[in-house]
Amino acid sequence: MNFSLNEEQMMLQDSVEKFIDNDYDFETRQKIAASDSGFSADVWRTFAELGWTAVPFAEDDGGFDGGAIEIMVIMQLFGRGLVVEPYLANIVLAGGILGRAANAEQKEKWLHPIIAGELQATLAFVEPQSRYDIANIATVAAVDGEAWRLNGNKGFVLNGGNAGLIIVPARSGGGQTDRDGITLFAVPADSKGITCNAYATVDGLRAAEITFEDVRVDAGAVLGEVGGGFAVLDAVIDEATLAVCAEAVGIMQVLRVKTLEYSKSRVQFGVPIGSFQVLQHRMVDMLTDCEQSVSLLLWATMVSASGSAEAKRAISAIKYQVGTAGRKVGQDAVQIHGAMGVSWELDIAHYFKRLTTIGQMFGNADWHLDKLATG
Amino acid sequence: MNVTFSDEEIAFREEVKDFFRTRFPQDVIDKQRLGVPLQRDDMIRSQKSLHEQGWAGVNWPVEFGGTGWTPVQKYIFATEMAEANAPAIVPFGLSMVGPVIYSFGNDEQKQRFLPDILASDTWWCQGYSEPGSGSDLASLKTRADRDGEHYIVNGTKTWTTLGQHADWIFCLVRTSSDVARRQEGISFLLVDMRTKGVTVKPIITIEGDHEVNEVHFEDVRVPLENLVGEEGKGWTYGKVLLQHERTNIAGVARSKYRLKKLRAQAGEAIRGAEPLALDRNFMRKIAAVGVDIKALEYTELRTLAAVASGKAPGPESSILKLKGTDVQQALDALYVEAAGYYALPYVPDQYTLDAPGENHVGHGAETTTSLKYFNNRKASIYGGSNEIQKNIIAKHVLGL
Repeated sequence: MNFSLNEEQMMLQDSVEKFIDNDYDFETRQKIAASDSGFSADVWRTFAELGWTAVPFAEDDGGFDGGAIEIMVIMQLFGRGLVVEPYLANIVLAGGILGRAANAEQKEKWLHPIIAGELQATLAFVEPQSRYDIANIATVAAVDGEAWRLNGNKGFVLNGGNAGLIIVPARSGGGQTDRDGITLFAVPADSKGITCNAYATVDGLRAAEITFEDVRVDAGAVLGEVGGGFAVLDAVIDEATLAVCAEAVGIMQVLRVKTLEYSKSRVQFGVPIGSFQVLQHRMVDMLTDCEQSVSLLLWATMVSASGSAEAKRAISAIKYQVGTAGRKVGQDAVQIHGAMGVSWELDIAHYFKRLTTIGQMFGNADWHLDKLATG
Repeated sequence: MNVTFSDEEIAFREEVKDFFRTRFPQDVIDKQRLGVPLQRDDMIRSQKSLHEQGWAGVNWPVEFGGTGWTPVQKYIFATEMAEANAPAIVPFGLSMVGPVIYSFGNDEQKQRFLPDILASDTWWCQGYSEPGSGSDLASLKTRADRDGEHYIVNGTKTWTTLGQHADWIFCLVRTSSDVARRQEGISFLLVDMRTKGVTVKPIITIEGDHEVNEVHFEDVRVPLENLVGEEGKGWTYGKVLLQHERTNIAGVARSKYRLKKLRAQAGEAIRGAEPLALDRNFMRKIAAVGVDIKALEYTELRTLAAVASGKAPGPESSILKLKGTDVQQALDALYVEAAGYYALPYVPDQYTLDAPGENHVGHGAETTTSLKYFNNRKASIYGGSNEIQKNIIAKHVLGL
């Protein structure tokens, strides 16, 4: 029983923390979020130089052999810094699929450039009708001689407008919600027949609706087994879910502390508003919610890192927690900041929006509670 | 970072399991299971069996006869004790006054009181609250005036849990009114319940049981040597004691056990009814409490780990009582919900160690669920109500 990071993990934490504290203030973040691509190529290069883009990959693939704990360390701090750079889309999602399913040639072609920070990528795991069921895939992959032909729509593709590589789960067999018959394809974004409608999301990040119309890819685009893509997809979505939970906990902690500080400095009726019992109790609730969330995050991360069979339930538990407690902490932070809390100018509003976004992704609180109730 | 136990810890867990299976009074465990109320003797025999094993002073230092266990061992012990459905240790002696005496008492007091507390040969009760002093405990009025070698105690203590069984009572009393802060006039005094002028009057609580009492003191002569520590420092000692109480009453291990039982029960077709496991709404409520309990378990483990590495527990420790009682009461309510109509018959006398009689109402002990629910509303009130806990956290943890 040990809750401490090891030496390498602490070094990683130090390095991310230094970057967030010294080079990524709120103003910088807002400028980047308002830019065309919604992320900074310079910052991304820095991530690669510092080795963060290599963290979860096997040493043989040029990675650092990191796992759930290392990703938690990074994402929790990215939450604190409200980082908009597409670490989740590139490294956790697209990289996660490639690290698991790609062969040597495919890794050379796609994973290595991702680790080097030279290729932007994503995983198109949502369809307009799928809601949170990742097996609900209507995009069809049909055999076309030696190649494949893809037809269908993908929605809310994170980093979709920036990605040079899109990993597309498509149905090569089975019914629309079957787990069998899903094949993963690595599709260059400039392939003929792809239409990309990119947009900003409410949290300042970027996503896209992407249409595939008779998009031809050769057999070398298939990642892993034909029809056997679900297990890989499922494992990567679990990792991503845990990663955004770590980010959410980082955000909740910032909101709690900033709100507490504000309540000590904001004077109304001649006294700091933090002297009012009704607000004090609310802030104790925020503390409780944050600490309980940290506890669940540690549990879920540790059982995921150890490959325990409990991991899936643990991830549902923390996702439910950040969905419910995160919403409460976010709303309370805004409320206690008063009208300032709903001002674009203040970081509080943007933390709240990111937290809300995370609550809506990879299954909301209700969806995960259902998993726990019926599983 | 890992959540595994060492080989020694696993061996210890087996030892504890074995103890509760073989050396702990099995009839007491049966009573727990069957819903039979425990008597004074049941609790004493239970604790004596722990003492014989050397496990009565779970949190006590070795020099006073305690276990000297690591935080992980304490966690394992609490878990296995709950898993065995053994009754919790009555806290007043072993968890409350004992630590105050070994921390602040003089050598004579340590020799005089600690062995009997450890062996459960004396039963202690707590004299804190008064009719006019609940949340505002420092307003207490019970006076102890010096008269030669004695204090003369006058006043009333209330909500004295299991005071009807007690040999001794530890009290916060006012020894001076002439102080800058009213807390400074409070002292910590040990009183023999057999002393002339002490009377105990039962108070019947919401579920109909005699669990608490009012204790009156009328010109009770208490030797000066029964004062713990310095006169006027009682408030400080009392707060230390409340700290002990706060972590103890989180009761995470027991909540975990009760959740497991409730899940198992939901899978059964009781009285031919459809199993509750098929009721999605109910199962979602169980799942939500389950998340809270798991979080609490890890919050407690984080606290234990901090203590084990020689650090002061962080802010997470302060939420244990608040959240701990929250989940206890949520479970109480779910047990009532699960019982449906059969939470409602008021038949406390039907529970005995004998096989259920022909007229036994309800499945197993399910009619006791509502009694437990009503009784345990106390959990968010005692030891400083949860609102007071929030005030304390706001002041001492958040710096407000």
